[in-house]
Amino acid sequence: MYGLHRHAAAAWLAEASGGGLGLARSAPDAPMSDQPIADPAAPPAAAAPSLSELFRSFASISVVAFGGALPWARRMIVEQRRWMTAEEFNETFSLSQFLPGPNVVNFSVVFGSRFGGASGAIVALAGLLGPPLLIVTVLAVLYARYGDIAALSRILVGIASAAAGLLIANVAKMFEPMLRKGLHFGPFVAAAGFIGVALMQWPLPLVFAVLAPASVALAWFGMRR
Amino acid sequence: MNFNPLAALLGYFALLSLFAVGGANAAIPEMHRVAVEVMHWMSDRQFADTYAIAQLSPGPNVIIVTLIGYHVAGFAGASVATIAMCGPTCTLAFFVARFWDRFKDAPWRIAIQAGLVPLSLGLIAASAFVLARAADHELVAWLITATTAAVAFWTRLNPLWIFLVAGSIGLAGWL
Repeated sequence: MYGLHRHAAAAWLAEASGGGLGLARSAPDAPMSDQPIADPAAPPAAAAPSLSELFRSFASISVVAFGGALPWARRMIVEQRRWMTAEEFNETFSLSQFLPGPNVVNFSVVFGSRFGGASGAIVALAGLLGPPLLIVTVLAVLYARYGDIAALSRILVGIASAAAGLLIANVAKMFEPMLRKGLHFGPFVAAAGFIGVALMQWPLPLVFAVLAPASVALAWFGMRR
Repeated sequence: MNFNPLAALLGYFALLSLFAVGGANAAIPEMHRVAVEVMHWMSDRQFADTYAIAQLSPGPNVIIVTLIGYHVAGFAGASVATIAMCGPTCTLAFFVARFWDRFKDAPWRIAIQAGLVPLSLGLIAASAFVLARAADHELVAWLITATTAAVAFWTRLNPLWIFLVAGSIGLAGWL
């Protein structure tokens, strides 16, 4: 029934969440479905990044990453700069997913602190958020000024309709790995969360307080079995 | 509401960040509930526009909170919302990172993470629902949503191309 032991669970998590949460389908490589085993012939030989390298790297990720930054971060860190093996990257990223909040933002802090302590964390975070914040602020100002123009409004609503479709595709991609890896209670938890948040419009903290402990308990007993 | 809008943004996004499992996309319904239904900061349509603009911007998905903050209270609102959404969890990440090696293989840690994935799946589904309800008022809009879902599921087309087509359909006046 539940063939869910530790490492299967960890590998599954990397797959399910990467395939689901990163929107960038155009990304250089399969977003998160790669094997956590690094190629032994290609160890991460690169020297630890300096602070300015950290800043520039995360800034360069941030400006090309449409629809989620994870696949781009993986490509730069693992394949281009070789600051981490694929396995190290997965482990570090799983910490960012384990914690609440925006995953890639958390990741920049964890990665930066590993190579540069507190200043490394700040520099990586500033690189990841700085350029997008400038861009999005300009867009916010433009929208505040021109948002009432009918043509612009129609363009944006078309894009919002498409964005809803991207989220549906994400959910569909997360669904199959969840079942395949043995979390058979998953659909029930997901359905309960959907009903509570989308249909009943209950506050997220309330839904979380009920469903998160139940779901974690089910996962726990599934692993023990 | 009598709240100082900056204080409301600060408290609300700081709280929300702690429940955002599965990233910013899983927190969309809660942002919508508070910004549209509870605080009346924006209309349904403006919320959909805001999400669309965030999708058009490069960078992490979380920057939608910057847009909401700007809408509520200008540059100060944008700064406060962003800091509130990222500050607490980044601080947490910084300190937990030191102990991560000690418990990354612990069964309880894996059970927590495995247990939260179905929940974030349900929340992202709810995000899709909330967004579609806000944006899709015409049959053509529903068709855009359905077609995008199919294309994104079966191909690896860059979403920007899909946005270009969907925006053009909107510009043509079919929405």
